[in-house]
Amino acid sequence: MFSYYLALALRSLKRNKVLTALMVLAIAVGIGASMTMLTVLHVLSGDPVPGRSAHLYYPQIDPRALRGYRAGVSQPMRQVTWIDGMNLLRAGRADRQALMTGGRVAVQPEQAGLDAFFEDSRYTTAGFFPMFGVPFRYGHAWSAADDDARARVIVISAALNDKLFGGRNSTGRTLLLSGHALRIVGVLGDWRPNPHFYDLGRGSYGVNEAVFVPLSTSQDLKLDHDGSMSCWGNAGGGQHPSHTSTCVWLQFWVQLDSPAKVAAYKTFLIHYSEKQKALGRFERPPNVRLRDVMQWLDYNRVVPGDVHLQTWLSFGFLLVCLVNTVGLMLAKFLRRAAELGVRRAMGASRRALFAQLLTEAGVLGLAGGLGGLLLAVFGLWMVRRQPDSYAALAHLDPAMLGATFVLAVGASLMAGVLPALRACRVAPALQLKSN
Amino acid sequence: MTVHPILAALRRHKSGVVLIGLQIALTLAIVCNALFIIGQRIERVNRTTGINESNLFLVTQSYVGAPSSDTEQGAEKLDSMEQEDLAALRALPGVESVAYINSLPLLNSAWNGPLALKPNAKDGFKMSSYYFSDSHVMKTLGLQLVAGRSFTEADVRHAGFRKLPANPVIIITQDLADKLFPNTSAVGKVVYMNGGSDPSTIVGVVKRLQTPTTASWAARFAYDSTLLPVRLDAFFSRYVVRTKPGQLASTMKAARKALFKVNPMRVIDDDGIRSFADIRDDAYRSDRSMAILMGAVCVILLALTAAGIVGLTSFWVAQRTKQIGVRRALGARMVDIMRYFQAENLFIAGGGVVLGLAMAYGLNAWLMQHFELQRIPLSYLLVGVVVVLVIGQAAVFVPARRASKVSPVAATRSV
Repeated sequence: MFSYYLALALRSLKRNKVLTALMVLAIAVGIGASMTMLTVLHVLSGDPVPGRSAHLYYPQIDPRALRGYRAGVSQPMRQVTWIDGMNLLRAGRADRQALMTGGRVAVQPEQAGLDAFFEDSRYTTAGFFPMFGVPFRYGHAWSAADDDARARVIVISAALNDKLFGGRNSTGRTLLLSGHALRIVGVLGDWRPNPHFYDLGRGSYGVNEAVFVPLSTSQDLKLDHDGSMSCWGNAGGGQHPSHTSTCVWLQFWVQLDSPAKVAAYKTFLIHYSEKQKALGRFERPPNVRLRDVMQWLDYNRVVPGDVHLQTWLSFGFLLVCLVNTVGLMLAKFLRRAAELGVRRAMGASRRALFAQLLTEAGVLGLAGGLGGLLLAVFGLWMVRRQPDSYAALAHLDPAMLGATFVLAVGASLMAGVLPALRACRVAPALQLKSN
Repeated sequence: MTVHPILAALRRHKSGVVLIGLQIALTLAIVCNALFIIGQRIERVNRTTGINESNLFLVTQSYVGAPSSDTEQGAEKLDSMEQEDLAALRALPGVESVAYINSLPLLNSAWNGPLALKPNAKDGFKMSSYYFSDSHVMKTLGLQLVAGRSFTEADVRHAGFRKLPANPVIIITQDLADKLFPNTSAVGKVVYMNGGSDPSTIVGVVKRLQTPTTASWAARFAYDSTLLPVRLDAFFSRYVVRTKPGQLASTMKAARKALFKVNPMRVIDDDGIRSFADIRDDAYRSDRSMAILMGAVCVILLALTAAGIVGLTSFWVAQRTKQIGVRRALGARMVDIMRYFQAENLFIAGGGVVLGLAMAYGLNAWLMQHFELQRIPLSYLLVGVVVVLVIGQAAVFVPARRASKVSPVAATRSV
């Protein structure tokens, strides 16, 4: 019976091409707009480290002076000071941990014909790579022993490796960074977490560090710091923040594999704050937070407000398109009252009529979904042309592709219920009169 | 034109009436708010910065292998390198004036700090953006001095990023002066910066200078700027250049060559030399896209609503052919039939508009809460209502004309 309904649906749609085209266009526009914005939202709020984000936590403590403190309202700082970062690192209460900050280095290539250029860099302890599951194309990361020894080693990104060495295995070679010779021990594979969750102070999307240097080495060589820094009291900032100044400029991430460990770590942070207060370093009562990756991204409102606004707008748009479709479908179905009356008189049940009309709505939905998909592809192309930091990420993935059709057919079926119900209640006798 | 027959007829087609009414209501709600958002964004983009934006460009450059500014010698060396750069730029033929500066309005890279009236203040701060520049800043940016004096060469010092000394003289904007000293002149008054105890005397007030940050969180101090006569010693620096009229492009190219000639150990990115027009373009690009998007949404929604009205009304006309024929046979003219259908549409649209105004208001309240929008003014609602009614009437015109062309003989036919 389904193929019969399908045939009837296609024939009826072909009968009044203008009306059909109008309805398909209405659905396509609504679906296209919604899917464009939904895809952008999906890409921006995606998990940057899938499979690990539930176990990665960001401890926050509040080392500031008492001035300005409001109990229950004040939030702890978004980074840690050098002293606190080192203390937490040495305490080693987590399964894995990493202390890091951002920087900027001048790369001085040995090859003639390439001028010196600046690259974003990351200064971190060795735990960074296993904790975040960073893939390596050649070589490996440095070890904890290298951290302690302030070894003159670095890891570079695939992009930098392509630029300087044509993508070949460059481990063992030396690179001149800001006047210091450092040996490459590893080259990363393709790793571009979006959002740039581990250091949002440098930007949320499209930030790709090219060089990774051990934290201790970077401080030894006085490499320039780059990123967000907040100071209190009379401290200033600068390219080489002092290790004793009252400024936060480092990020500390931990891996905690079970809820029990998470609770234990939070207790540890509270005890640490109390101990520092007793020592006179901290002035405020313990004010700690321990957020996992997704909570941290949520707290920092990483997805721009405009994206949320546009997504809600596109849903409103879809709603108007659907109301429009309901009206047009009502007109279309009621126009065929005579044909429906004949079918009823010949023995079709009301349910059969309803099913056939819904099939027609479904076919419209499918056609509208196809049109909507084309419009969404075009819409995403437009988004990619914007100079926003996240623009390059706007691509349709298989999940969103499937969602387009599901949304289109589902919405059309929903829109078709009311008109179909009205239309299948036709009284056959009335329609069969020669009127 | 009696109202009762129209309403009686509408009561027989309830679902169609509800659908058109609902569509008009939703369209009105969305279009009113979309127009309001467009208006707000246009207002934002048209804000004046207070500087003379024509013939102005900014150089952003970094030194390679430069000494650190933390030591005395390092700071002196960096300052002499910066002065060399400034001299080289000043020597170019197309240049009218050059100044060292740390940022510009709309650049979105700012150093913000609080000013207070008392030393070591714990509250009563007024937030401001700092512009570190030198004695040429007034001429280069084209700022308008309304009180006091501008910086002299003697006022200008230099300091490393981290070791900022006290600032004995500063210049502030009129907006900031009004906030700090509401009814008196600010010239000669003393303020304390960053909650410290070093006094800074205000020696001049400029009319208007926007802060570098365009984001909405900085909107409350968007015109509160402080000018400080300090050159910052760091491994990177910015220079703002005013060129003679018509020589912007050539001077920008010459500037890059001149700077590399003076000191090749530096990096200037491809967009390291930008005209202010480009900076303004970049800063407001997302506002412009949002306005265009909203405009497109309005147009498409109105078109859809019009199409829906055309479709449904054509269907009603087809359904009521016999009734129209009867009316014509009883003496109604063609224009009466047209007026009938247009009045019918006006009733439905009227109902839809009333519901739509309530929805527009509700949508605006929701947007105010979640998206920092302001309350929509009545004018936008009225404009939305007029637009929707006009479009509705235009849409019903074609089906109404077709209805009016039904001949009276349709009353007697039984087919």
